[in-house]
Amino acid sequence: MKTNNIMKKVLFVLAFLPMLTFAGEGLHLDKAPIDVSNQQSLQRGARTFVNSCLNCHSANYMRYNRLLEIGLTEQQIKDNLLFAGDKVGDTMKVALNKADAKKWFGVAPPDLSVEVRARGADWVYTYLRSFYRDDTSASGWGNCVFDPLSCKVSMPHALYELQGEQTLNQETHELTLTKPGKMSVAEYDALAGDLTNFMAFMAEPAKQQRNRMGWFVLLFLGVLLVLTYKLKKAYWKDIH
Amino acid sequence: MSDNHDGKHQASSQLNVVDLEKRNFLIATSAVGAVGCAAAAVPFVLSMTPSERAKAAGAPVEVDVSKIAPGTMVTVEWRGKPVWIINRTDEMTAELHKSNDQLTDPESDVVSQQPSYCKNADRSLKPNLAVIVGICTHLGCSPTAKLQAKGDMGENWSGGFFCPCHGSKFDLAGRVFKGSPAPINLVVPPYQYLTENTLLIGVDTKEKV
Amino acid sequence: MTDKQAMTNKTVTNEGKSVWVKVLDDTVNWVDERFPLTSNIKAHLTEYYAPKNFNFWYFFGSLSLLVLVLQIVTGIFLTMHYKPDAELAFASVEYIMRDVPWGWLIRYMHSTGASMFFLVIYMHMFRGIIYGSYRNPRELIWLFGVGIFLCLMGEAFFGYLLPWGQMSYWGAQVIVNLFSAIPFIGPDVSEWLRGDYLVSDATLNRFFAFHVIALPFVLVGLVAAHLIALHEVGSNNPDGVEIKKLKDKKTGIPLDGIPFHPYYTVKDIVAVVVFLMVFSAIIFFAPEMGGYFLEANNFVPANPLVTPVHIAPVWYFTPYYSILRAVPPFPGIGLLGIPPSLFPGVAAMGLSVMMFALLPWLDKSPVKSIRYRGTLYKKWLAAFVVSFVVLGYLGTEPSNVWGQFGAWLGNAERATVVARIFTIIYFAFFILMPWYTKKDKTSAVPERVTG
Repeated sequence: MKTNNIMKKVLFVLAFLPMLTFAGEGLHLDKAPIDVSNQQSLQRGARTFVNSCLNCHSANYMRYNRLLEIGLTEQQIKDNLLFAGDKVGDTMKVALNKADAKKWFGVAPPDLSVEVRARGADWVYTYLRSFYRDDTSASGWGNCVFDPLSCKVSMPHALYELQGEQTLNQETHELTLTKPGKMSVAEYDALAGDLTNFMAFMAEPAKQQRNRMGWFVLLFLGVLLVLTYKLKKAYWKDIH
Repeated sequence: MSDNHDGKHQASSQLNVVDLEKRNFLIATSAVGAVGCAAAAVPFVLSMTPSERAKAAGAPVEVDVSKIAPGTMVTVEWRGKPVWIINRTDEMTAELHKSNDQLTDPESDVVSQQPSYCKNADRSLKPNLAVIVGICTHLGCSPTAKLQAKGDMGENWSGGFFCPCHGSKFDLAGRVFKGSPAPINLVVPPYQYLTENTLLIGVDTKEKV
Repeated sequence: MTDKQAMTNKTVTNEGKSVWVKVLDDTVNWVDERFPLTSNIKAHLTEYYAPKNFNFWYFFGSLSLLVLVLQIVTGIFLTMHYKPDAELAFASVEYIMRDVPWGWLIRYMHSTGASMFFLVIYMHMFRGIIYGSYRNPRELIWLFGVGIFLCLMGEAFFGYLLPWGQMSYWGAQVIVNLFSAIPFIGPDVSEWLRGDYLVSDATLNRFFAFHVIALPFVLVGLVAAHLIALHEVGSNNPDGVEIKKLKDKKTGIPLDGIPFHPYYTVKDIVAVVVFLMVFSAIIFFAPEMGGYFLEANNFVPANPLVTPVHIAPVWYFTPYYSILRAVPPFPGIGLLGIPPSLFPGVAAMGLSVMMFALLPWLDKSPVKSIRYRGTLYKKWLAAFVVSFVVLGYLGTEPSNVWGQFGAWLGNAERATVVARIFTIIYFAFFILMPWYTKKDKTSAVPERVTG
């Protein structure tokens, strides 16, 4: 049929469209080691998140008892992660007053519940590893991932004791570790990876359940497809 | 391409012959399709059950009972309902056993009104400490505490609760007096002792916390 | 019904059937005496004769009805948990995603359903275009359809504000501001739409009302009108021949017609299952669809002080958005005191959607279906499809996506120039249609449907 030929031509043109696009010169982001089925990694990430991030950033939509899904027991959550007076059913709130925070940092620390969905896991992972000493910045730190133009960031490097201090080579734009921290580079990268992994889990806790269910639903529909197709054939055998 | 009406004539002349192929696939498709529809309806039905937020707000409540002086009570909120914790004196518990003949259900035979471990003379785990949901079983008002004997409740009053709405009277174990509009005793919620003085209201020992 | 027929019916009812069938028959009779149940089932299903040569393209009508039902059902359940309040809206969506049992599934069904609705409708419209389904006597069906399309765009636009994320907010801000470009009354119109000097709680609340009550009513009414009109004149088909012209002399049934039920019900169900497989694959494995169905920036709560670096509408609006950006603003005439204005772009965008409504009167071809049209029409149609897709793609990207031309072209942005060319082709497809459809060499249309 002639229509089909035209359609083929159209599809042909469409197939080559992407080649016309020029690759954007974006910021280079490192691939985050995301594996939300790795419960050990998620648990380490949760601990880092609660100890280091939750002092200033809230995760208002995340309930502590959701951590049961990453293999922690209620007692472990209570003993290691909860602040005094919190209950396991509570959300990850922060005591820090938004107005105070704005005074101290110039901007209120954003809620991190869905940060990975907003920014992408790679962004978060690269960001956590890209702080460098910058005395011209109000916070004392720079981070070109946060703002590629000014490289300024309002948030001080909360994990600098672990990572140490990096400096930016203004010409090559490379970061070098000038003052080592408590951790080796590999250890710190693993920590940032676990933390990002946890934040990815937190951004959509239902994701694993969603993926698991998907296969059953598709399998079921596959069976239904065979049946409905046979049914259609049975009825249409009369029509010539 | 041929005329489909030949086919139709054939089909109509065989009206009484059941087309097994059609019938079998019709039954199979309907059955599997019905299962699919039912399964698809489940998430929608379940989405109307209490959410995690509601569950967190209705979570079991911990109460320190060491501060409740004998002969007094405190009220705590559990799932939006007042729960009374009454520290009954020995005289008060002794009174409980005397008035059985004036009560509608002295032996707490209505199963739904208390956990099985509280179906006893005091309707409690520890004889002195009563834990009762403070909602009248008549029309849902919250009765007023009249813990002390006599007083404005008259000479025969041995301590208990009085519902201001329609005048139902309960004793200090929440059991309803005969002649009250309330048909059954007040509810004893599930509870357990975590330690000597810490009470957890809302969950049995049997259930996982 | 003749006496003889009535007698045969009676014999069957009394002798051959079980008690339950009798009860059912009696119930149906009881209803029929009070409400035209059986006659409606006959008119719209069992004795609605559709051409027997429907192909792939004819699935999308039933599928759009399915998506409409899905959107209404999931929408009702989302409304049970959503809060149309600027302070609470964003949080209530995350509440649905996390705290409401199965809320994430219902929300993804609704967000994916929105995109799938447009996909299905675009396919359905394309079917109408290639087989000339808008031609006499089906102009009204087509116009109701355009109405449904407009309604759907309204639903999508109002609904997109509800999650109250950054894209929700700035999308609404930009679209409402488009109304300001209308000469004289524009600024007042957009302020009236917002109910405030900026997109705010008041705007959110009224958009919610439009999204969940007002437009669904209109939409369902239009869908009913669309179907009633269709069943009045009968369905078109890939050959574009009228099956009602040739009827069986005895029965009066079109020779090429088959009852919609059971033939097309069992056929459409196969398509429904295939559709549900695609739909489920998206919901369960890629609900964001790489940022095309759910945009990353919409996971940041609305902030009236910070505009995201790159705002693009959702994919189904991007062809029109491209046209908006491609048309240069009116420079203004200083001497006459006429200020510069964005109105030409806004008008072009509005027209680009409304052009579809004119199709029945623009097409002068003696044939309906593309099967019997000549190459001239096919070339124009292909050009239109390509321009629609390219404009759609460009609408998702910033206008500097392809960089700039050199100084010899005044450093013009490449993408903008391309968008302008395709905008011209887009409109030319419609405006020149009377000319090229008349000039086109068509082939003979058969008496009966083929294949």
